[in-house]
Amino acid sequence: MPMHQRMFDPTPQRLHSSEPPLLQTVELTKRYGDFIANDSIDIEIRPREIHALLGENGAGKSTLVKAIYGLIQPSAGEIRWHGEPIVLSGPSDARSRGIGMVFQHFSLFDNLTVAENVALGLDGKEPFKDMSARLEQVSKTYGLPLDPRREVWQLSVGERQRIEIVRALMQDPKFLILDEPTAVLTPQEADQLFIVLERLKAEGRAILYISHKLDEVKRLCDTATILRGGRKIETCNPQRETAASLARMMVGGEIKQVRAASGRKTTVPRLVVNDLSLAPAEAHGVRLEHISFELKGGEILGIAGVAGNGQDELFAALSGERLSKHSGTVVIEGIAAGHLSITQRRKLGAAFVPEERLGHGTAPRMKLSENALLTGHAASGMVRHGFIDTAATLKTVDRATETFDVRKAKRDPEAASLSGGNLQKFIVGREILRNPAVLVVSQPTWGVDAGAAAIIRQALLDLATAGAAVLVTSQDLDELAEIADRIAVMFHGRLSAPLAASEASREKLGLLMGGSSLEPKEATHAVGA
Amino acid sequence: MQLVLEKRAERSNTIALISPLIAIGLTIVTMVILFAILGKNPLLALHAYFIAPLTDGYSLQEIAVKATPLVMIAIGLSLCYLANAWNIGAEGQFLIGAVAGSWIAVKTQGTDVGPWVLPAMLVLAAAAGALYALIPAICKVKFGASEILTSLMLVYVADLFLDYLVRGPWRDPHGFNFPTTAEFDPIATVPLLIEGGRLHLGAMIALLVVAAVAILLGRTIKGFEIRVVGAAPRAARFGGFNANQLVILTFAISGALAGFAGIIEVAGPVGHLQPGISPGYGFTAIIVAFLGRLNPLGILIAGLFVALTFIGGEQAQIAMKIPLDVTKVFQGILLFYVLACDSLILYRFKLVFPNRQVTRGAG
Repeated sequence: MPMHQRMFDPTPQRLHSSEPPLLQTVELTKRYGDFIANDSIDIEIRPREIHALLGENGAGKSTLVKAIYGLIQPSAGEIRWHGEPIVLSGPSDARSRGIGMVFQHFSLFDNLTVAENVALGLDGKEPFKDMSARLEQVSKTYGLPLDPRREVWQLSVGERQRIEIVRALMQDPKFLILDEPTAVLTPQEADQLFIVLERLKAEGRAILYISHKLDEVKRLCDTATILRGGRKIETCNPQRETAASLARMMVGGEIKQVRAASGRKTTVPRLVVNDLSLAPAEAHGVRLEHISFELKGGEILGIAGVAGNGQDELFAALSGERLSKHSGTVVIEGIAAGHLSITQRRKLGAAFVPEERLGHGTAPRMKLSENALLTGHAASGMVRHGFIDTAATLKTVDRATETFDVRKAKRDPEAASLSGGNLQKFIVGREILRNPAVLVVSQPTWGVDAGAAAIIRQALLDLATAGAAVLVTSQDLDELAEIADRIAVMFHGRLSAPLAASEASREKLGLLMGGSSLEPKEATHAVGA
Repeated sequence: MQLVLEKRAERSNTIALISPLIAIGLTIVTMVILFAILGKNPLLALHAYFIAPLTDGYSLQEIAVKATPLVMIAIGLSLCYLANAWNIGAEGQFLIGAVAGSWIAVKTQGTDVGPWVLPAMLVLAAAAGALYALIPAICKVKFGASEILTSLMLVYVADLFLDYLVRGPWRDPHGFNFPTTAEFDPIATVPLLIEGGRLHLGAMIALLVVAAVAILLGRTIKGFEIRVVGAAPRAARFGGFNANQLVILTFAISGALAGFAGIIEVAGPVGHLQPGISPGYGFTAIIVAFLGRLNPLGILIAGLFVALTFIGGEQAQIAMKIPLDVTKVFQGILLFYVLACDSLILYRFKLVFPNRQVTRGAG
């Protein structure tokens, strides 16, 4: 029955609406055991259409596109291509039919050149030289500049994404899937990408655009299909919706607004970083260069930046997972701590929340009580004379559960059995319950549902209100705008001077994220090479 | 219809407990087939293997005697394996312990020394085993050498070293040129628990070791460190635990226990140092460790079971002329099934029926 709807859709500039769908799924269902990742999803994508696939993490977006790209077989339902039902034997089958995909996580070999990487991803038997020439041709045509001879490790994240896009375009796809392409881009880079996408659309191609950034979708997309909990909620014209109405459809309810307490007072400096420089621990890692900042109690400092610009290295240096030769580079609560281990830093009152929940922040196959012990053993009275006080570790689990609304099947389950949002609430809760003087947190709400994200952001604000110094690294500029008092940007291992949140416009942050300086000498082109 | 392995949401503790039993069951089925192929009555063979040894006191004692070194070594190995450190060379550490302890026994032979001899032998054997295990551990930590290879290669070094000693400097002058030392003096021998029996003090020590390691793993922060480092190395580093330190520690403990087991075997049931003091205890203990789920109590039970197969194998050879090597085949098949069944802890079998065809207009 929803098929007819489209016929009467009076959307303007929809000259193509009479065209038959290029790709269509009919009651597409994918089950993993008892879990239904996609429940009878119908979606239609026409030529000359940028179709947004909106949904929170776990809504089933990835599963749906994996089925369309032939990576997984649907449990039931069918995929139609030009109206004909097809069964895709794999991604190469999808590519040969004209379906291309650009993944969020790149599959590139760091030590190979751009051209070599593209060659590895192509199915054809085209001679390498011809392929290289075609690569340059395609990248020029679409305004995606790439030097085929450069090795990937030298390239920025934005450039790496270009390789993936060019690689997909070289197969001349009729239908292109892009999985959260702007997650790793600066606002300016995203604008450039949109121009490319508009152009692909004008050429008659169809694009399926996965995102959860509502502004982008409103700006770029002709149609939006919203998924929630594995089901299709609605297909609509995003230009006629508001960001709030789209969010409601995505989340299935109103999101609690995060509120900062008014009149927060800053106190003494609790985390000071002095001229911190650190060589990378791994090949192609980022070298930290002359990083300095001061963070007072009662204050939240946000660190923005495109992933891979040294944020991981900075976290390791602050937490003590990597030590500095000079003790004075990191000062916690007035004590030089650059040479101290993570345990000793915790004893000084610092707490840390890493970006990866499973495997870094927690041991996935261990119970929550054991994961409470993981960071609490040093300074929370959980260990006496080398013996573990199990009751104390369980109490931490219970308190975190209660305070931060952690939903779980039983009192003390394995960490891996919790959903991303609930596990993140537990991890943040575990650290906040220790009443830290300094909290360093990386990507606090990455891949977390909107409800959990609001609880976590509120908890960070409350912690700062209570007098702690909070350092938040995030790629989500909206998140930083919401909670940070000052925002600095990391680029190539350097940290910009912090801007007051009120002055940190998207444009300014975007420029800094791309490596430009805000100094008033932009007219000259002296900086470069 | 299709059989697929499906990931469980959470590890199944029930399966973790019964997986070794499933493995034993499958092994027995395989053995029945094997016995039938050999032309032996499978039921009689199974009886000889698993029932007969349990019916007389001598064999029961013998099972405990055989289980003693297996359990002691396997307990040490389980600590290594939990910490993701792969000590394959317990056999070598066992032999070096036996050699080091025997040194005191050989040097004090026939002299009128005090009762300090046996304790000194035990301590020296443990220390030697630990030091020997530290060679691969340090090579791993300092140079990144694979501890699997180095610890295994050191087994052959230890084996040949022992061989050299009993054929050369330590050979019993009255031993008709057999490669063996003289019988140890009574004061340098592990006392028996039952007069005239076989059971010796070592079995008691093995029980203490089981209890101590159970407490270490379950109750102490050190035990927790060992488990986290193996289960989630990056989380362990975030927790402030040093993986390299634990490689050193677990290798040292497991080497010490293997060396300790070595001297107890030599100064106990064997009574002198000779080649072939171990029917591969150090390797069989790997099977025991996994069969026991790297859990101290599980290892105790697994050690007794595997010891039963040793005794049963001897009985089957005597009664039915089944080659003794069948015992090794049995142990090999058992390890294979144990590891295979472990996948059921995190996965489950599921029958999948063909896709329901979607009919148009439905729903």
